[in-house]
Amino acid sequence: MVAFVIRRLIGAFLVLVAVSFITYLIFVKIPGGDPAQRIAGKLATDQNIADIRQKLHLSDPFYQQYWGMMQSLFTGSLKSYSSQLNVVNEIKKGIPATFSLCIGAGIIWLGFGILVGLISAIYAGRFSDRVITVLALIGISMPVFWLGLIARYLFAEGHPFSIFPDGEYVPLTSNPWQWFVHLLMPWWVLAVLFIGFYGRVLRGNILDTINEDYVRTAKAKGLPQRRVLVKHVLRNSLIPIVTLFGLDFAAVLGGSAILTETVFQLKGVGQYAADSVQSLDLPPIMGVTIYATFFIVLFSVVVDLLYAWLDPRIRPT
Amino acid sequence: MPERLIEVKDLEVKFHTEDGVVNAVDGVSFELQRGQVLGIVGESGSGKSVTAMTLLGLTRDRNTSFGGEVLYKGRDVLEMDEDELQGVRGNEMSMIFQDPMTSLNPVYSIGMQICEAIRVHERADKNQARRRAIDLLKQVGIPNAESRIDNYPHEFSGGMRQRAMIAMALACNPDVLIADEPTTALDVTIQAQIIELIDRLKDEFNSAVILITHDLGVVADVADEIIVMYAGRVVERASTRPLFYDPQHPYTWGLLGSIPRLDRPKQDRLHSIKGTPPSLIRAPKGCKFRPRCPHAFDKCMEEPRLENRVEEPGHLDRCWLSVEEKRELRVPTLAGTEEAA
Repeated sequence: MVAFVIRRLIGAFLVLVAVSFITYLIFVKIPGGDPAQRIAGKLATDQNIADIRQKLHLSDPFYQQYWGMMQSLFTGSLKSYSSQLNVVNEIKKGIPATFSLCIGAGIIWLGFGILVGLISAIYAGRFSDRVITVLALIGISMPVFWLGLIARYLFAEGHPFSIFPDGEYVPLTSNPWQWFVHLLMPWWVLAVLFIGFYGRVLRGNILDTINEDYVRTAKAKGLPQRRVLVKHVLRNSLIPIVTLFGLDFAAVLGGSAILTETVFQLKGVGQYAADSVQSLDLPPIMGVTIYATFFIVLFSVVVDLLYAWLDPRIRPT
Repeated sequence: MPERLIEVKDLEVKFHTEDGVVNAVDGVSFELQRGQVLGIVGESGSGKSVTAMTLLGLTRDRNTSFGGEVLYKGRDVLEMDEDELQGVRGNEMSMIFQDPMTSLNPVYSIGMQICEAIRVHERADKNQARRRAIDLLKQVGIPNAESRIDNYPHEFSGGMRQRAMIAMALACNPDVLIADEPTTALDVTIQAQIIELIDRLKDEFNSAVILITHDLGVVADVADEIIVMYAGRVVERASTRPLFYDPQHPYTWGLLGSIPRLDRPKQDRLHSIKGTPPSLIRAPKGCKFRPRCPHAFDKCMEEPRLENRVEEPGHLDRCWLSVEEKRELRVPTLAGTEEAA
């Protein structure tokens, strides 16, 4: 088990290196990517550009530049080219909003995804299943930016059904209740797509599992229906959902909640990433990439461990 | 006077599918006494497994309808509500399935799965249940039961898994043990051990056994009575010896003739019954075996009743041929020298 974890951690480290290096290459080599020119602005003289190049070591071979950037990133001294703000600090500033959004939405989508999947599997083929299927498909089909705007238009302060405050992040530490009500809308907007998707996947898994021989064995033992369903059917059907959840959750933590953050002006890491990509600001892009990769890699290790815990067949011996 | 545990009267099971109504079991009757082993024999699709599962109410579904009666100690299983059934399943009647590879839940330990069966029916705490489970595993011949109890199904071999299934089925000391093709998925050497084990435990637990198989060879040694099923109907029913020594139905002859035997002259090919079992949605008119029967004649367009036609009382069959004709016609089929066509 220890060997397994160590092996996975080494692998994780290699993935981090590879991802950051590739990202670096992409942004250095793309047209218009020369940071010196962009920093210097439109009216810069050649001398200005040369100075900047000198200062930022942009004439060094690219692997040296990469190494230098990684060093400053991990020592926390990396600064943005455009705003000169410290990258690590900026990411840290975005983390509370992003984490609050993702953890809350994750709990909602996992819980309701399981509920939706379970209900539609139990009533498979009947009216309630069909209604849920249609709703799930609608949920999957609604883009976050559209749904987010509609939700704001309908439910935010000053709109027809003024129920929730409109956007912005209130830190948990300053006012837990305001934190909660401010996040309710973003949570649901982010979760809706996943609920529909997880519900569909789980429904399929349950219907497959329900025909397994061991489920028949469980019934033949005289177990109550609820126990058969939870202990024998659901337990086995949830194994693939764990993988999905691990990877999706890592992805939203790592910044793919950009759209939700932008629509609700949450100023999280996602929004920081989006802004930096727009201005081709290399240091923040590298920082955010490493940050996102870290979570994805971390969660895939967690998923593997969870998997081994859930399914004894793949436990390393 | 032996105690009658099960009495099945004119059982019918119909599955309503998109293609039509499947008459999976069509008028099956039998009884089972304590201590008895009843063999139910037939090809795939003959309705033997459906009959067995119906005894435990496992075929219940929106699209299934039943007819007749399944009396367990006088109570009709078909009429029981779900709670009552749960009290019977695994407790008074339990079942062993065909494939031990897939019949155990892969994510729980063997011990947990046995203890679960004990604790759902009896007031036992975890330790008591565990001790019982270890005893049961010992009884079914699992070595090092104390440590093997914590193994998962994938750590057991096929034969051991089936032994664990048997231990689970016997956990609450049931009156009736239903074994649905318990040896089909196992090696031949293991098959004999499992059958012997079931036969021995039947006496130790004072239960009755319903042994379902497509292989007459499997039931020959242990069954007291045998029912031969074809297309959802009983075509022959007799005590074991008369069934083997004086089989009356051409289908039974075919089954007997298709058992490979060392005491016969060597043949190029093993005997087989020509054709495939009929569709249960549109079954043939008259005798269901008629389309595959080499001895069919005009009268077979009308289905014969299941009745006693030979000297031996209780030996029932469903064939129009006279006893003399049968005894003559069956010789080549039983010897396996003639393809039944």
